[in-house]
Amino acid sequence: MTQSNQHIVSDSDVAAEVLLEARVCSKSYDVEGKLPKGVSPHLVLDSIHLSIRSGEFVALLGPSGSGKSTLLRMLAGLIQPTTGQVYFKDQPQYGPNPHVAIVFQSFALFPWLTVLQNVEIGLESRPLTPTQRLKRALAAIDLIGLDGFEDAYPKELSGGMRQRVGFARALVVEPELLFMDEPFSALDVLTAANLRKELLALWREQTMPTRAILLVTHNIDEAVSMADRILVLGANPGRIRVELPGLPVAQRSFQGEAHTNLVDLIYRIMTSPQDDVEKLLTTQSPQAKTGQLVQPAQHPFQVLPHVAIGDVTGLIELVHARGGREDLYQIGRHLQLEIDDLLPLVEATDLLSLADVEEGDFVLTEEGKRFAEAGVLEEKQLFRAQVLEHVSLVRKIVQALQAAPRHVLPEEHFLQFLEAHFGKEEAQAQLDTAINWGRYAELYAFQEDRGMFRLEEEGEPAPT
Amino acid sequence: MAQVFVPDDPRVRDQIQGGTTDVDLKRVPPGRSRRPRRFGFIDLLVFLVVIAAISFIVAAATRWAAPLTPAVKIDLSPGVLPLYAGYSLLRMLLGYLLSLIFTLVYGQIAATHRRAEAVMIPILDILQSIPILSFLPAVILALVAAFPHSNIGLELSSVILIFTSQAWNMTFSFYHSERTLPKDLQEVAAISRLRPWQRFIRLELPSSMIGLIWNSMMSWAGGWFFLIASEQFTLGSRSFQLPGLGSYLFAAANTGNTGAILLGLTTLILLIVLLDFFFWRPLVAWADKFKIEMSSGGDEPRSPVLDALRRSALVALVNRKVFRPIGAFLAAILDRLQPLPDYNVAPPDMGQPDRTISPRRVAGWVVAIVCAALALIGLWFMVRLLIQVSLKTWGSLFLAAIFTWLRTLAAIIIGVAWTVPAGVAIGLSPKWSRRLQPVVQVVASIPATAVFPIFLVALVNLPGGLSWASILLMLLGTQWYILFNVIAGAMAIPGDLREATTIYHISGWRKWRTLILPGIFPYLVTGLLTASGGAWNASIVSEYVQFNNHTLSTPGLGASIAAAAATTPNPNYPTLLAGTLLMAVFVVVLNRLLWKRLYRLAERRYTLA
Repeated sequence: MTQSNQHIVSDSDVAAEVLLEARVCSKSYDVEGKLPKGVSPHLVLDSIHLSIRSGEFVALLGPSGSGKSTLLRMLAGLIQPTTGQVYFKDQPQYGPNPHVAIVFQSFALFPWLTVLQNVEIGLESRPLTPTQRLKRALAAIDLIGLDGFEDAYPKELSGGMRQRVGFARALVVEPELLFMDEPFSALDVLTAANLRKELLALWREQTMPTRAILLVTHNIDEAVSMADRILVLGANPGRIRVELPGLPVAQRSFQGEAHTNLVDLIYRIMTSPQDDVEKLLTTQSPQAKTGQLVQPAQHPFQVLPHVAIGDVTGLIELVHARGGREDLYQIGRHLQLEIDDLLPLVEATDLLSLADVEEGDFVLTEEGKRFAEAGVLEEKQLFRAQVLEHVSLVRKIVQALQAAPRHVLPEEHFLQFLEAHFGKEEAQAQLDTAINWGRYAELYAFQEDRGMFRLEEEGEPAPT
Repeated sequence: MAQVFVPDDPRVRDQIQGGTTDVDLKRVPPGRSRRPRRFGFIDLLVFLVVIAAISFIVAAATRWAAPLTPAVKIDLSPGVLPLYAGYSLLRMLLGYLLSLIFTLVYGQIAATHRRAEAVMIPILDILQSIPILSFLPAVILALVAAFPHSNIGLELSSVILIFTSQAWNMTFSFYHSERTLPKDLQEVAAISRLRPWQRFIRLELPSSMIGLIWNSMMSWAGGWFFLIASEQFTLGSRSFQLPGLGSYLFAAANTGNTGAILLGLTTLILLIVLLDFFFWRPLVAWADKFKIEMSSGGDEPRSPVLDALRRSALVALVNRKVFRPIGAFLAAILDRLQPLPDYNVAPPDMGQPDRTISPRRVAGWVVAIVCAALALIGLWFMVRLLIQVSLKTWGSLFLAAIFTWLRTLAAIIIGVAWTVPAGVAIGLSPKWSRRLQPVVQVVASIPATAVFPIFLVALVNLPGGLSWASILLMLLGTQWYILFNVIAGAMAIPGDLREATTIYHISGWRKWRTLILPGIFPYLVTGLLTASGGAWNASIVSEYVQFNNHTLSTPGLGASIAAAAATTPNPNYPTLLAGTLLMAVFVVVLNRLLWKRLYRLAERRYTLA
């Protein structure tokens, strides 16, 4: 495109054209209208307000469950918001936007089509002659470095080459907006780095006519090293927590101090409650804006993070060995855990009141310290006490079982009311986690093939 | 044998489809060994085959257009066999084409229209449990009345009867694939704004291709099984006979001409083997690229015929000069028929429910009303026929159903008793499974009905002759499904579990109980489900047979239905309908109460992830 792309948005009031805009968009998946009155459907995205301007590289960063992929699909027009509206150049958008192309995490290649045919898919619906189509497809293949692979089938290619096909298919339509849904997360580290670099080169040298890029990722390093603007999403329901300006291009390299600081800051933001975030921002990044300052509606129900107890134990013992207090960013580095894997663990320890997060530090509570020092049996007892006191779903199950005749209940009993608060899948996931935790605490047994809960007889629950 | 379950597990499909391949590491990958295309011997061969096919179709067409001859005199001399085989093959092909069109249309509608689906899938479930003979009166009466002066009505009836033994499982398979399209590929199709027809060609058809081909092979086996029943039939005092392999076999058995029976049987087996080599193998090898799994490796099915066709210059030329331009022309028409919606114009059916009367809504209502009216009329006629059935008849029909049920049970138990040990032995030995699978596959596709007369000669004079013989026919027709599945299941038992049982000295019955039976359980249930449905359908040709110019029958639901259709001077329609309904109810209830539950249990407990 001919417009001068301004890649560094140091001042967010620059009068660059707004390409895409979401105005107070929410998305909820209701259970086919079967919800009882007064219960609001499970919100996936809550009043999202964002705009993408010409020349921008925007990163959407969020933990799993924050609805970032849903947001991307909503912006692309694949799904329609439940309330609110998406505008493309001030026109309301209904249905898939032809000026948007998507690169998928799973590559989403047709296994039965060759590389060339896969790339041509993007052009099938356009009024082109076969020769024109072939020419443009070959040009895109050329651009992305796939020469010689035109007749190969996707299964003959390595992961990196497959994703190149994904990029070629997106670029061949010359989209004004290029959307990428975790495009590098299925690739190994070296391949991902290589592909990132090449993509950035194409973008900065304007070899492709794309006017703005939206990257969805859970990798903080990736977002910091690529984006002009970073939106941090929060989960349950998905909402924009913070909007941060990216680093100047020169400072985006991985070794720089500015880079490390920004990554650390985002790490702290993602692991802290909303109140602390505002404190963090005022001290460390004055240009940042907190997203609309909408406090999430208090969820009527605790949301259990889906983690295995063994991992929680491991984390607590590790931090205890390091003196009971540790920087979360360091823990992540040390354990080589992505934020996506670490966050649920932190939430779980927080929920069980075994640890707190203070300004990005992970601090063990008194119970946490005792837990770390305990032997196997005592550990279970401590865990049982904590679960019963702090986890309402587990407590509810135990109480219901105590009241039930013969202390036996079918899973449907709990699923029904969970489904009113969560979606169908999430309800099952919540129950599965509660089953795992309850089994570990020896509070109740669950027979999978019959779908029945039974109260554990010996080991009466500790008094709360 | 229109009941075939589609294994979801790609391993089962692979093992069954890729049967003839063996591990060959030095194999050249397909497509890399292409020689430059020059006209050669293969092209001449392809050309001759096409010419032969065209002239045969012309010959067949003249027979079709000839004046009506309800019962052709069947010539038992060997010289007519190629012609008869050709007639039968053409009928099978037409029946298959009809099944394919039905499958694509019905499956597509059922998969995309929620409200239609709620009605269409149960209907399909019922249709597939209705035996071929029950379709007979309606089909014949309608078509012979429509073409009173030429053979075409009769030929079409035969084609439709074949269709009823082929279509249903294919439709189920296609519907199932349509419902389980990969989500990311659907999103690509949406964001690329593919038109419905492009989406169908690029996404829906390819992703259902493997299941469709696998079920097509099963359908052909089902079609051959009922070949005799669909080429010669009696309706009241009128009997019809069409020239073909099926009626040849029937006539040979009827006159007790053992030589002719053997000759006909050989021709049929030869035809099946040739079809396998020249049609199904190439098709399976070609369809290998439609696997959804991204991993390469493993055995790729290969076919010399496909390689030859791919190298043929003639095929390439025709493809370039004829098929591509036709394709482009059709694409242009379809593009015009399905214009792309504007992305920034709100579609009418969004937001507030639309109260205006659009042509689409009116059309929908008209279709719904017509369907409801037809259903009501059908019900009315059904009720009128059914009130003629006395309580006594109902009772005897029910008793007959119990007899048939016991027979199917006996057939299944005998089948399990020999196929499980044999299948496990074959499946656990890589050498034997590789060698025997293709053999089993061809043997399984030989229709038991054609072999039946030979067994009848031996069995019919024993006490309770046909009663045992009919169990044998059910067994012959259905044991292969169990064997297939058991072999596949035994092959899928992981090596580490087998090693673990060896290390801990688990052997004998305990090994069967802890490892082998749980390991093959899902496969066994799939096989049993298929076998049970097949046995019920086979009852109609096994409990009531015409042989050496007289009719034999044994108490059973199949016999009751067949006898009702053959009542002179007019078929006993009320009993025919009642028997059919009873059979449908039995099969559907058995499926729902027993097999589907076992299947769910197998999926939940015994699936090796």
